[in-house]
Amino acid sequence: MLKVENFSVSFSYNSSQLSKKQVSAITSLDIEVKAGEIMAVVGQSGAGKSLLAHAILGILPRNAHTAGKIYFKGRSLTAQRIKKIRGKEIALIPQSINYLNPLLKVGTQVARAARLSGLKNRDEAKQAAHSALARYLLDDSVAKYYPFQLSGGMARRILTATATVGMADLLLADEPTNGLDALAAEEALGHLRELADTGKAVLLITHDIESVLKITDRVSVFYDGITLEVANTSDFTGKLCLRHPYTTALWAALPTNSFTSPPSQATTPSNGKTGGCPYHLHCAKHGPDCADELPRMQELRDGLVRCHNA
Amino acid sequence: MLECRGITFSYDKNHKKLFQDIDLKINPGEIVGMPGPSGQGKSTLAKVLSGYLQPQVGTVLVDGSPLPAGKNPVQLIFQNPEHAVNPHWNVRKILNEGGIINPELSKNFGIQNFWLDRFPHELSGGELQRICLVRALCSNLRYLICDEITSMLDALTQAGIWHSLLQEIEKRQLGVLVISHDNALIARLCSRVVHFFEDTGK
Repeated sequence: MLKVENFSVSFSYNSSQLSKKQVSAITSLDIEVKAGEIMAVVGQSGAGKSLLAHAILGILPRNAHTAGKIYFKGRSLTAQRIKKIRGKEIALIPQSINYLNPLLKVGTQVARAARLSGLKNRDEAKQAAHSALARYLLDDSVAKYYPFQLSGGMARRILTATATVGMADLLLADEPTNGLDALAAEEALGHLRELADTGKAVLLITHDIESVLKITDRVSVFYDGITLEVANTSDFTGKLCLRHPYTTALWAALPTNSFTSPPSQATTPSNGKTGGCPYHLHCAKHGPDCADELPRMQELRDGLVRCHNA
Repeated sequence: MLECRGITFSYDKNHKKLFQDIDLKINPGEIVGMPGPSGQGKSTLAKVLSGYLQPQVGTVLVDGSPLPAGKNPVQLIFQNPEHAVNPHWNVRKILNEGGIINPELSKNFGIQNFWLDRFPHELSGGELQRICLVRALCSNLRYLICDEITSMLDALTQAGIWHSLLQEIEKRQLGVLVISHDNALIARLCSRVVHFFEDTGK
């Protein structure tokens, strides 16, 4: 459904004395999502996860430069093509209700999303909105609410309804569990699983690796703008199945596991400036090559890993 | 001891009470956990304990006396550090708010010197949360209220921050209230758990 190859995003800033500065946000990203599958992108805050969704949708700010290839349904996803199909074939489930219009009733907004996704008829759109809300167990009275009147869990369901009211085949879910308690988070993720089971592809962006493991098929681990590993969900059981030292450390740091912290305290990610593996400063296994050369992505045990010592 | 006696709070006279008649004691050096689903008043109780809000009934006492004006020995750390700092200030100025920057403390929390000239939006969430903690720890702090302080961070950053904080808590014998929906995290950190906000029905 979606394939992203060696994708990068950088920003140019006007720094002092009229000179321009380039800052790299995503250095090298590879991802593939198939129909009927949930692919989770996991990484720390500031790793560039949300940028990925915005890059796919072509809604990055103007000072952003992208390189690399994005394919959607086998064809290259160009700037012109994404303009035509975003909201129709690819939909975003945004991070928070800040993405809704605060002055419009939510029912109206869901209906508007339905019209933008291709339903020309106003009544049809209303009907579609009604059934989208009903699908997420929201009754008609909720349609008359304004965004600020929603609870966290309700807001999640509205945002999901907005994205799924059309016929999008690919859904990008940005931090769907943020600010939700365990029960509401489970429900939100359950909805994503249902959507994948109806044949849609779901790209799930999150920092919370633990809660997504229950529903995702594969996990792509992202660190400082670089994809370090693509693992199967079943790899996150014992210690030996994971491929990259960062993934192993991330897994071990969970309170339910050993809650261990990295050997060296966190320093600012280098933003790919060094050219080596972005994790080498914290890595227990790092060797002489790690600082200088970015390892190539290689296949290992039915997954992918970018590590010299894997 | 940080103590609250018979606290009742509602935001509005006509609204129902968020919580009623709550008693809580936190001893120095003790880490108390408070789990519970969202929307039931955990954060409001945190604000009452740290003096941001006044309860309608009941009192909050620090070592026997009410919360002093000026530098508060009870500090609240929020879930979103970006909302807790002035976006127009650089990190040095933000840290200075807590008093003189203690280099050893900064080192324990992994604060890099080059962060000091940056602005809040140029740091990641985890980095900014470290700044907020160091700012709070610099002062005459005795009690720390941690309201979901790592719930928007990845597991590695979360573990790193808590390990730094645990050292400091041990060293200075701080009393801590940990508010979190993550029961596993509370089980890791806390010696005692209070259940004010569970199964009260929707």
